[in-house]
Order: sequence, then C-alpha cells, then structure tokens
Amino acid sequence: MRKITPFRRLWLCLPVLFLFGFGSALLAQDLKSFEQKITVDKLPNGLTLILCERHDAPVFSYDTFVDAGDVNDPAGQSGLAHMFEHLAFKGTSEIGTTDYAAEKVALEKVEAANAAYEAEYLKPVGRDEEKLKALKAAFAAAQAGAQKFVVPNQFTDIAERNGANNLNAGTGLDDTSYFWSMPQNRLELWAYLESGRLSDTVPREFYKERDVVLEERRMRTDSNPIGRMVEQFLATAYVAHNYGRSGVGWPSELGQITATQAMEFHKKYYTASNIVVAVVGDVSKADLPMLEKYFSRVPAGPKPDEMTTVEPKQFAEKRVVIREQTQPFYLEGYHKPSYRDKDDAVYGAIGDIMSNGRVSRLYRSLVEEQQIAAAAEGFSPFPGDKYPNLFAFYAVPLPGHTTTEIGEAIHKEIDKLKNADVSDAELEMYKTRSRADLLRGLANNQGLANTLAEYQTRYGDWRELFLELDKVDKVTKADIRRVANQVFVDSNRTVAEIVSEAPKSANGGGK
Amino acid sequence: MNQGLGAREQGLGTRDQGSGFRVLWQIGMLALLAAPVLLSAQQAKPWEQIATPKLHEFHPQQPKRIELKNGIVLFLQEDHELPFVSGSIMIPGGSRDEDAAKAGLVELYGQAWRTSGTAKMNGDAMDEFLAERAARIETGGDVDSTSLGWNSLKGNADEVYALAMDLLFHPKWDAGKLKLAQQQEATSIIRRNDSENGIASRESTKLVYGANNPYARQTELATIGSVKLADLESWHERTPKGRLIVSVRGDFDSAAMETKLRATFEVLPQIVREPARKDSFDSAKPGVYFIDKKDVNQSNIQIVALGTDRRSHDEAALAVLNDILGGGFASRLFQTVRTKLGLAYAVGGGFSLPYDHPGAFDVDVMTKSASTVEATRAALDEIASLNQRPFTEEELKRAKENILTGFLFRFDTRAKILSNQVRLEFYGYPANYLETYEAALEKVTVADLTAVAHKYVHPEKLSVLVVGNGAEIKPGLDELKMGAVMPVDITIPRPAAPAATNKK
Repeated sequence: MRKITPFRRLWLCLPVLFLFGFGSALLAQDLKSFEQKITVDKLPNGLTLILCERHDAPVFSYDTFVDAGDVNDPAGQSGLAHMFEHLAFKGTSEIGTTDYAAEKVALEKVEAANAAYEAEYLKPVGRDEEKLKALKAAFAAAQAGAQKFVVPNQFTDIAERNGANNLNAGTGLDDTSYFWSMPQNRLELWAYLESGRLSDTVPREFYKERDVVLEERRMRTDSNPIGRMVEQFLATAYVAHNYGRSGVGWPSELGQITATQAMEFHKKYYTASNIVVAVVGDVSKADLPMLEKYFSRVPAGPKPDEMTTVEPKQFAEKRVVIREQTQPFYLEGYHKPSYRDKDDAVYGAIGDIMSNGRVSRLYRSLVEEQQIAAAAEGFSPFPGDKYPNLFAFYAVPLPGHTTTEIGEAIHKEIDKLKNADVSDAELEMYKTRSRADLLRGLANNQGLANTLAEYQTRYGDWRELFLELDKVDKVTKADIRRVANQVFVDSNRTVAEIVSEAPKSANGGGK
Repeated sequence: MNQGLGAREQGLGTRDQGSGFRVLWQIGMLALLAAPVLLSAQQAKPWEQIATPKLHEFHPQQPKRIELKNGIVLFLQEDHELPFVSGSIMIPGGSRDEDAAKAGLVELYGQAWRTSGTAKMNGDAMDEFLAERAARIETGGDVDSTSLGWNSLKGNADEVYALAMDLLFHPKWDAGKLKLAQQQEATSIIRRNDSENGIASRESTKLVYGANNPYARQTELATIGSVKLADLESWHERTPKGRLIVSVRGDFDSAAMETKLRATFEVLPQIVREPARKDSFDSAKPGVYFIDKKDVNQSNIQIVALGTDRRSHDEAALAVLNDILGGGFASRLFQTVRTKLGLAYAVGGGFSLPYDHPGAFDVDVMTKSASTVEATRAALDEIASLNQRPFTEEELKRAKENILTGFLFRFDTRAKILSNQVRLEFYGYPANYLETYEAALEKVTVADLTAVAHKYVHPEKLSVLVVGNGAEIKPGLDELKMGAVMPVDITIPRPAAPAATNKK
C-alpha cells in the first residue's frame, strides 16, 4: 500500500485489467496461513532472513532490502548509493577476476591516480593544463592496468546462465533493493552469489560504470521533460532535507564520486543489521542452515545512525515555472509526515478517494465533467516515505487548457475535502480496495518478497502488512477533513508547471 | 505475464520504463557474453563446486480446452489459491484492419466500449457498481485484436460475468464517451514529440515498415476526429460473430463453469473468420536519418531493418542469435558499448519475432550527444560482427543456458500457462509449441547461427535513426559515411477545421 507508483498514466494506458475484492474475514485466514508459511530467522551477525514457502512451481524469488538509499549520500556525493548499487554487479574477489591479488594492487593504483588527477583538476587557481593531461593519461593507464584482470560481467553471467529471471536492482531515496527469480535447484548457488556481493564487493571498472550512470541520468532526467521538472520541483520543495536533492546525483557530484567513497558507503550501510533478505517460493526450513552459512559472511556492524535533519516548516508558497517547447504539465505538493505518523492511513484514503479509477473525484471532475485534463491524480508518499514527504497532485492538461485552470480545479476539489465530509460510499470503497490491493500483491512471488522485506525493515515485523488494515478500517470521515485542513494550506504548497513556449523553428520542437 | 505477443526472447529492458516519479534506478538489461575472450583459468571457480540438485518434479496444469460447434474456443483454468475469478475474451481484428483514414478507430472503440456501458447500466453506473465490489471490467483495442476482460471476488463472480456479457452483446454507444476518448487520444498526439524515446520508437517503426503501413502508421488529429459513433457501432457488429477465444481462470468448478459458458456461447451462430491478411512492406531506403531535438543532451540511436516472424523455422536459431547480440549483460552489444566503452546505460536489441507478421530487427543505444558517432559505429560493428566474427561453442553454450535454464518462467504460474495457450490458439500455433520450441533451441548449432546470420543480418540494408541535439552532436553524423543525412519531419499536422478536441 505504501509503494504507490506515481504517474500511472491512466491517460495513456487505461485498458489495464483487473483488481481484486474480498471480505475481511478472509484476511484473518490469510494472516494465519501466512504465519504457517513464513519463517523469520535473525542471524548472529544481525541480518534478517525471511523464508516464505510456496510450492506451486519449482522456482523462487528473492529480494535483498538494504535500509539505505540516496538520501544517505554524504554532502557533495549525491548519487553515491546508486553508484554502489551498480558496483554490486561487478563481482567479488572470487568472481570477475583472473587474479584478485594482483588486481587489488592495480585497483589501489587506480584510486591513487584518480586522486592525483582530481586534485589538479579541481584547483581553483593555477591549474597546470600540461600536468593535468599527464595525470589524465596516468589515470587511464592505471585503469587499463586493472582491466587486464577483469572477467567482464561474470557475476551476472553466472546468474543468467543459471536461469535468473527478471534480474535487476533499484535504488530509491530511502532504500536499495536487489532481486531476481531462479529455478529452485539453484538456491545454494544464489546464496553464494548474493552473500558474496553483499560482503565481498570489489570496486572494479568503477569509473566506466560512472560514465554509464551519467548516461542513465541523461536518459531519465536531462532529456526528459518530466524528469527535469521533478528534479526542480523537489529541489524547490525542500530546503534542508535530502529529499530535495537529485537522487541520481547532480552531474558535478556524480561525475566525481570515487570508488573509495563507494566502498566507504558500503562499509557503513551494508552491515548485516541493515539488511533483510526475503525468499519466496519452492524453499523450506530445511534450507535454513545452508542459507545461514552463506549469509553469515555479511559483516556485522551497528545499525547506521538515523538522519537528524528535519525539514523545517514551510511558510511561503513556492513556484517553479519552466517555459519550454514541450506541452504543459502541472504538479504541486504539500509537506506531510512520514509513514510512521498515526494518520498514515488517512493519507492513503485521501489518495484513493481523489485518484483511484473512474469513480475518483479528480477524474470525475477534471477529466469527465470539466474536460480540461487527460489525467489527474493525487498521491503520497513522494518522493520517499521514510522521512516526512509530500502529498502531490498532478494533471495533464488537454490541448487548449492552461496549468492555471488546472491548479484552480485541483484546489476546488481540495477545498471540498476540507469543507465537507466524504460520502460513506467513498470511504467504504477505499477500505474494500485496500484489502483487495493487499491480496492482489500476495499472488506473485517477486512482489511478495519485496513487500515482506520492506515491511520487516520498516516495521520490524512483516505482519504489519496485514495488521495495518486495522488502521485502514479505523479511518473516519472526520479524520479526512481534519488532515486535509492541516496539510492542504497555501503556505505549505510548492508548484511546478511547464508552460509551453512557441517553437522557434518548424522542425523538432513541441508543435 | 510479460511474455507478450511478439516479445523478444528476453525482454530487452532498454525500452522506456515510463513511470516517472518513484525513480528506480534500473541497473539495466540482460545479456550475453560477447567476446570469446574472457575465461582464464588463473583462479578457482568456487561456484562450479556448488551442486545443482535435480529440479523438483513439475507438471504444469494445462487449461481445459473446449471447441464449440460454432467455432468458439473456451479455456478453463482452475486456480484455487486466491478467491477470485477472472475472464477474458480475445476477438480477432485490430488496428491493422481499420481504415487508414480513421486510424485510431480501434483504440477509441476499446476505450468507449467500456465507458459507454449498456442499455441496462451506463458506463458511469458500471464504474460505481464495480468499484463497490473492487471488481473490474475493461475493454481494449490492440493491433490485431480487441478484448473484453473481467475480474472479481468469487462471491461476485456471477453478477460481474452477467454484466460483462451484457457489455459484449448489448453495448449502448455514448457520444460523450467517444468524445472523451478522442480527447485522450488527441492529448497523446499533441504530446508525442515531447518524449525522445517516443519519437525514436515511432519513427524507427516507420522506417522498418513504411510510414503508411498498418503496423507503423500513427493516429492524427484528423483521423481520430473523423471517427463517428456509427463507426464504433459498425466495428462492434463483427465482435460477437468473430472467432472468440474465451478464457477463465480462478476459484471455480470447471464443470459448472463449462455449463455456464456453453449457455452463453453455444447459442451463437457459426463464427465468421477474418480474411487472411496480405501484408506488404515498404521499408525506407538504407541510410542515416536524423531528428533534431534541442532540449536533450543524449542521442537515441535506432538501427533497424525489416526482420522476420516466428513461423520462419529459424526462430530458435534467431532467438539464440538475439541473446548473443543484445540479450543480456554478456551480449556482444552490452559488453562492448556499455561495459567496455562506458558509452551507454541502455543498449540492446535483436530480432523481434511476432507470431503472424514480420517483426523489426532493431538495435538501440542511448549515448551522450558527443559520442553519438562513436556509439553508433560500435553498435554497427557488433552487428556486422555477426557475419564476420565466427560464433564460438562457448557463446552458443552460454546463450542456450541463458534461455533454457530459465525457460520454466514461461509457465511457472497457472495464469502464464493460460495466457500462453490463448496466444497459441489465437495465432493458430500447436498447443505444444513451447515444448517443440524448447527442443529446437536445444538443437541449435554454431553452423545454424552462421546460417541465420547470413540469411537475416544485412548490414548494407540497415537504416540508422538518430534523435538528438544536432548542435551538440560532434563529430557530426556525416562522419558515419553512410551517405547524406536525411532529416525527418515530425511536425504534427493540425487539421484546418477545428479539431474534435477543442470544441467548446
């Protein structure tokens, strides 16, 4: 329920089928049956293993959930958590190398050469261009020296040849997650690979991978109007907290992250107590000793300190206006508390009533009745949920309609929430759908692994996945009005809009 | 579920992942070990010491297939894990069959069918009815079919089924809902040049098939504006007469469900089969095409040609070839362009192998403006290498392992097994196609790879499309030495008369 995928883009892909429904008695049964299927095993090093047995097919899926993301990037190193995630695919001292002892020495030389180059490059005055050239050449030579020992992509190669399906990883602001699915008879091989990369990461090919990530930034952010807008929106909405910082990293910072910094991040945040590994599928308790053996390799260490920065209360409305040759877009957000707030389910209710499907208020009003938008939604949390975050609204104006009209129409709907109770039917639909969404998520091994690991991390107990429905059931109409009045106030608002400019030439622009 | 129609073998992850906000930094796609270089024997390989036990026995549950006398086919797949019942009807005929002057008709039909509703219950009332039950009924239009699907809790299954059938047999078309669908479509048209990836994929498809071909043509404000309610009605006339494939899955008893479906569908007249299509293609002249987009700092490069389809008898060898060229981390493209050169985050490609018409050969790379020529060259070299650098036994072995070890993920859930059978039925493939395909994959040899590379990979016939920021692309595209660079005009035509969208 907390992992709302924003921008469902209803306007582009409505004919997606299927949601589910059922009564709440079933849920109690489900919790009980899941309690029988699930084993939680806390290892001596602090790592938590969750096993969920499902024997329908000889396959399993896993999710390694690390309680650290780009919000934890040190100052000046935005994008670091994500850079490390890429590094975790580069192998270990056993995988991906022809001679680790020699490679290690060569990698140290790469770091030294990079440091020398950067020191000269960053000199504010008196930079010696000749020397810089020589240092750059030395850096390249050191990289070539280390490259000799590399067996490229061997880690993923082993996984794929052994049937890894949907292999990937994701770094969010709050956390980092690694996952794939595999045939059941590869469980031990998987445990070897996964525990290896968590505990024995080698910073090989780091600087080429940094170039790859810079390309990722160009693709997602720089060359994408929505990506550009969102980056500016968040940077404006936050003045202190790291949620306001580019997750993939500001180019100048991302472009200078070093392998040494990535390994320091690993040392601090990839401690066993900061990691939950969930495995769902054709596995059993009998596999636990084997899994324990491998995952005991992950170094023990204290749970890293929590961030102490708290975003100060916003007291002035803020606005970003992007004038360019793309079509108009409207986005606004209001600061609200983290997932641990007692009203967390109330925000879920507001998001659902405003946005869920063709009966939702924003769809009915902006899309169907006023016919000014192709899509309109409100959702939270954004951009993360571990820390106080935003409740956001967006809409895609129809041709001929402006972002000003859109903003006004959204505010009218927000005022209705503040001034009158929602209907019984609306509230009931939210509760029914919440139960439905939960059950829907249980159907799929990979989805369930992700959810179990996340709930175990965030609440210390995966059962909260079921128990939080109690909080959903307790949401009242008065709660919704109270929270709406608390949060949706002008001085707590940040707006970002794209306003279309006329094209300068006939070719290639927006029109 | 994403083993989609005509999808490439390993779902090349380079496609636009779309969803903007909660950005997951995907590490990338899949791949294959390119160079026959790598493995030296200097270090022990502990992973090779880990035993691979025999896989647990597995008997995937096939759905029950019933062909009615009138030609309609039913599939029943019991699945009692969760208390739901879902169903789907696949109906032959899609956007490739619509009148070019009304391009977009099937898309509008797919939207307005459901939102209009029926004589008994209009679309808005249906929205409420379903939302109260957390149930769904949806309709949609695709390139070769339209569809009606439903899903509900077991306890609501009868009423939701009845409503879905009411929609199938008694839709009441609503002009307001058509207008709404037209507005949505107009918004997509107006916005289609905002997305660099969208431009690249759309325009490269036109180069492959020809701009006006039914597999490539795009909807325009004029074509969607010309669709009237009567067009939807007339399209729908064919729907209950077509060769319907009805599939249901979930928590039900098959005998009772069969009785129920027979009662609905057995009474229908003999089906009318769609005439066989006679597709012809008009691929663009090979060369370099360019679209200037000033607000980007990365080029999207598409290297394309017309390919072949899944009935070619070479599909197994081509699937292996795909894996070697651009399938995963170890593919020649990934190893060179991303890992070795660091020029791209997204790189991959190969032959798509649709079930009943030729697909594209498409390699795509996204790289910073300044390295456009270098990355294009690197990708072109890897394509050319398919006919130059001999395939090795090691490459073959790796590719087969990649595809075959995970083969069971095509049928590891009852839902996947069912949708696979529906797909095979729809395209007229034998029900055991996956088994014969798997056997064929196992038999592919190095000689087969060499043969299909020579038969299907023709570097001289490739078109290169670059969408990027012309001012930043240095060296320029003429450095590719593939003839004069041909600009592509992507101006969105505005109809002279007021568009359907802006009426007040």
